[in-house]
Amino acid sequence: MARSVTTRHKVTATAAAWVVALIIFFPILYTLITSIKTEPEAIAGFSLWPSGTFENYITVQTQRDYFKPFMNSVILSVGSTILALIIAIPSAWAMAFSPTKRTKDILMWMLSTKMMPAVAVLVPIYLMFRDFGLLDSRIGLTVMLTLINLPIVVWMLYTYFREIPGEILEASRMDGAGLWQEIVYVLTPMAVPGIASTLLLNIILAWNESFWTIRLSTTNAAPLTAFIASFSSPQGLFWAKLSAASTMAIAPILILGWFSQKQLVRGLTFGAVK
Amino acid sequence: MGSITLQKVSKVFGEAKVIPSIDLEINNGEFVVFVGPSGCGKSTLLRLIAGLEDVSGGHILIDGKDVTDAAPAARGLAMVFQSYALYPHMSVRKNIAFPLKMAKMEQSAIDKKVEAAARVLNLTDYLERRPSQLSGGQRQRVAIGRAIVREPSAFLFDEPLSNLDAALRGTMRLEISDLHHQLKTTMIYVTHDQVEAMTMADKIVVLNRGNIEQVGSPLELYKTPRNLFVAGFIGSPHMNFVTGSYAQSKSAKTAGIRPEHLILSKDSGLWTGTVKVAEHLGADTFLHLDVDGIGQVTARAGGEFGAQYGDRVYLTPDEAKLHRFDDKGLALRA
Repeated sequence: MARSVTTRHKVTATAAAWVVALIIFFPILYTLITSIKTEPEAIAGFSLWPSGTFENYITVQTQRDYFKPFMNSVILSVGSTILALIIAIPSAWAMAFSPTKRTKDILMWMLSTKMMPAVAVLVPIYLMFRDFGLLDSRIGLTVMLTLINLPIVVWMLYTYFREIPGEILEASRMDGAGLWQEIVYVLTPMAVPGIASTLLLNIILAWNESFWTIRLSTTNAAPLTAFIASFSSPQGLFWAKLSAASTMAIAPILILGWFSQKQLVRGLTFGAVK
Repeated sequence: MGSITLQKVSKVFGEAKVIPSIDLEINNGEFVVFVGPSGCGKSTLLRLIAGLEDVSGGHILIDGKDVTDAAPAARGLAMVFQSYALYPHMSVRKNIAFPLKMAKMEQSAIDKKVEAAARVLNLTDYLERRPSQLSGGQRQRVAIGRAIVREPSAFLFDEPLSNLDAALRGTMRLEISDLHHQLKTTMIYVTHDQVEAMTMADKIVVLNRGNIEQVGSPLELYKTPRNLFVAGFIGSPHMNFVTGSYAQSKSAKTAGIRPEHLILSKDSGLWTGTVKVAEHLGADTFLHLDVDGIGQVTARAGGEFGAQYGDRVYLTPDEAKLHRFDDKGLALRA
């Protein structure tokens, strides 16, 4: 009796999970379907049956070069993530291993900056970018993305570093490891998984960031987010082409995400689950 | 060699005086156990000796050399932690080899030592495994292996068995005692479990609130506890304390009588009590009694002594084994 109940439970849970997953995935699926429709089909109304043309992809590529914004996206996301890690690793380290009375406050303050609506500082930041000649520059956007994601990077690394038991570090000290050996042989190997999932998650966050990248770039530094936006142009809405551009923009990150699922899940749970 | 001397060692955390001032002499080759309730400062004292905490005052000498300001590794001590503190990303072999690698020993010499240690600790078949693939007892042995390859002048154990189940704890207790007989190296062992202290120690240091209550061999502490605290802490089940007219008749404030020193009878005796709980362990029976005019008393009877809840039994304290304490809780000696 008990067994049949658990089996039924499992079937129900699996079915429910599939339904939820499908609902979440549906917008991406519909983008994919729309991208292989013709423009008249795309505006005709809801339909899951495209004619299966690759016309849009060719048009998108010939009208606007995909490669340049793609490279910009890579440079911005990877660059800003590495920059954020360079700043965040020592700071998270210090807060995790030699906390003071104010450590929690500092962490909360950093997180609070993420609660502010971005629009609130759009004008001053735009003006600063203009005055320093950073508009439409890769350096400017890299710095911007670094600063946006820095609080999350620090928080994630802090939680990971906190999981490293202090007794292991003490054991290495008893075993005769100096500070440098402690870092190389004990701390780094134990910290690397945490750093890796932080790196992955933040590349994705930076890749997807659209508020600042669209507003602070035009052509030179424009990443794929701006590339998509450029297809909703004054000449009219081209749903099929827009979908093709979107698909091309999310494909790389989707592939990266697929291959790093394990690390990502760990990253998303913020080290809460051991 | 491994004699350790503590001279007026004190430790203050912020406002809290964890250890007011301790003097202690540990001889080379001794198995010394620090025992006391949680928060008594026993772990802190061990960490001070290890060098993982700085002393607030006083001196620590190892083999006559002042190491008060020396780094942990420079003291020549090895420590086994409560959580084992194994390096999770290294194999058993690398874990055990780590201190030797840090000492820049040659690889061939390291291999020899690691394999010798593995043989002693029955770890030879597990050398290539990760700590996560081992059982609790095996992890504990790896931690001990990592300590013995260094050939330290003394071993420090910080509640090493508290994460193991009861059966394994018994086995590991024997293994550590056996290791001590083989190596004849000084060992300092911290535990809150007085059974571990009694069974393993050459010398027990009973700590309470950062002060040493008494230092002595297990039987000394059992037979001649210096005060109420030691009397109540050492021995299982705990000593019964009796105040009032019975204690006064023995010219003491408090009389102490161990459960095993109460003579039980179903026919006659000095006191009469009602059985509240009877714990039949086979060889022994522990009776928790409500004794008329005395209060709660625990008594040990033979395994054959059949007693049930509610039974009336007679008790007589063995006067020769009686402990007497004055109004300050200090033992009175005849």
